[in-house]
Amino acid sequence: MSAPIVSGAADQRRNLLGVLTLALLLGTLPLWLNTPYALSTMILIGIYTIVTIGLCLLMGYGGQVSLGQAAFFGLGAYGSAILTVKAGWSPWVALLVAAAGTGLIAYLIGIPIFRLRGHYLAMGTLAFGVITVIMMNEWKQYTGGPTGLPGVPRLTIAGQPLKSDLAYYYLVWASALLALAIALNIVNSRFGRALRAIRDSEAAAESLGVEIGRYKLQVLVTSALYASVAGSLYAHYMIFVSPTAFDFGVSVRLVLMAAVGGLASIWGAPFGTAAVMLLTLGLREIVPLLTRHGSGEYQIIAYGILLVVIMVFMPEGLVVAGMRLWRREVRSWGAVAMARVAGYAGRLSRGSRRRS
Amino acid sequence: MPQYGLRDYLQFLVSGASTGCIYVLIGLGLITIYNVTGVVNLAQGEFVMLGAMLAVTYYQGLHLPLIVAFLAAVLSVMLIGALVQRLTIHPARRAPEVTLIIITIGTAIALRGLGLLAWGTTPRSLPEFSPGVPLNLWGAVLSRQRLWIMGTALAVLVFLYLFFEHTLLGKAVRACAINRQVSQLVGINTEFMALLAYALSAGMGAAAGIVIAPLTLVSYDMGLVLGLKGFVVAIMGGLVSAPAAVIGGLLLGIFESLAAGILPSGFKDALAFLVLFAVLLGRTMRISELFRRRT
Repeated sequence: MSAPIVSGAADQRRNLLGVLTLALLLGTLPLWLNTPYALSTMILIGIYTIVTIGLCLLMGYGGQVSLGQAAFFGLGAYGSAILTVKAGWSPWVALLVAAAGTGLIAYLIGIPIFRLRGHYLAMGTLAFGVITVIMMNEWKQYTGGPTGLPGVPRLTIAGQPLKSDLAYYYLVWASALLALAIALNIVNSRFGRALRAIRDSEAAAESLGVEIGRYKLQVLVTSALYASVAGSLYAHYMIFVSPTAFDFGVSVRLVLMAAVGGLASIWGAPFGTAAVMLLTLGLREIVPLLTRHGSGEYQIIAYGILLVVIMVFMPEGLVVAGMRLWRREVRSWGAVAMARVAGYAGRLSRGSRRRS
Repeated sequence: MPQYGLRDYLQFLVSGASTGCIYVLIGLGLITIYNVTGVVNLAQGEFVMLGAMLAVTYYQGLHLPLIVAFLAAVLSVMLIGALVQRLTIHPARRAPEVTLIIITIGTAIALRGLGLLAWGTTPRSLPEFSPGVPLNLWGAVLSRQRLWIMGTALAVLVFLYLFFEHTLLGKAVRACAINRQVSQLVGINTEFMALLAYALSAGMGAAAGIVIAPLTLVSYDMGLVLGLKGFVVAIMGGLVSAPAAVIGGLLLGIFESLAAGILPSGFKDALAFLVLFAVLLGRTMRISELFRRRT
């Protein structure tokens, strides 16, 4: 699970190259995949990717689970919606104010929780998530209650509202790539090294003078800011917000996205998010073909089992597992293939003996 | 805000305390699992759901007598609990806590999906265990089923006390809770104890689900909220202290019942989570340790 501690110029070059490659791929994607359905799916993947990157920072580097990330996402969305619809603010100002407010709330939640050792953040954020959804439902005067709040305006750039999905696609993915670049920088900074030290051993990190509580608080606030900005983008894309988009189930799905991509891998975030989104859509298409009744049930069961299987067998996520397979098996294919296979078999048997 | 008399408050107290007993049962299950295996089991609420729904099936579908349906449902859920431990927790038992928490969430989702598949979305109910006129306690009304709830909670508590304090097996489970490695060194089968803890906790959750089935409608999605409230209770006991959880559970039930009388109904469920925040804050201020130092 632990990434190499030593990182530097080579890592940064590789990350820059990665971000640019991804930007090139995503930038040209609409040229050959320009159906409205594909475009709106890709926009949603981009929005959730931003949240997932924040979650990866928090879970993979802060070592803490948030079970209320959808609430931070929802605060951004509702903040933007209420400020633009009810108060008539400009969307961009609303986005910033909503993010600042969400960050402050995360900070206030984090202060008591990070004074305690153990996994109280999971419980605290879970409780916060449930309370937030109840508030969205009950505070009808501002939120519109269970039916939601319609009429959120589109975002504008230089006075022009972004009406087309294509323009919004580029905006969302530019934001997502920026979020990715910032997160990669955080991971390779002094802050990131401190976080990794905390994750690997709190006692050791503390004895080296790392202020554990402060760092954990900062990473929680960072992840909340990511979620809030994504929420604002969501509200301005859907032009409508309602509580069901931010409930506990969504928080769980966000955790699943981060887990599939790999908790300790920022690079995993976009792939984990895309994998879960496409799987959810795929299950929705495939399951009705296999059974005549009750497709929703099988979808839920498959989803739960998938989460367990991934965490049991691939706790480091799809991307890291895939890359390891690539390095070990594909690169050295050829002259040493036989030796490799033998070595692999040996490793396997040793591994299974250790496990028993 | 309506005006309430003394009698109304007594009413809130007795109905709140009996609901609190349900939370106590769920919270104790969580504490048992956490102590023995170090896992925060987010699937605990689903054991409650399975208990209630299986009891309804055994009673209405198979026409078993109510008491037999009760016991059969508890035993079935204990088996399911053991199976869940073997299939999901056991293979990942050396994984970090973050991973284990996510695994229990996945388990909860899968069990809820199975519940939906087996029973659909229609809410079910059981008849009262002993139908009859409600008891009158100085003007407050106490239905007989609420007595059953309190009685079941008490019976479980007594059983747990006898099991943990007076049997060799119970002492072995406690040894695992104190120190797993040392327990292994003295020859305790810690794997079996983890399995036992899961089965016991699942049984407690199931019992909680069955005794409230006559009072509320039960359905496949009842587990989430009940499990979360069990959590609030378990955290009141710092995830380790059973007596604190008993008191915390009763208090939570009474608070909720009072709040339902005073606040708009939608906010009732938020209360438990506000209490959770208060408890987390309280733990930060180390109130419990203040007490400990004085004694």
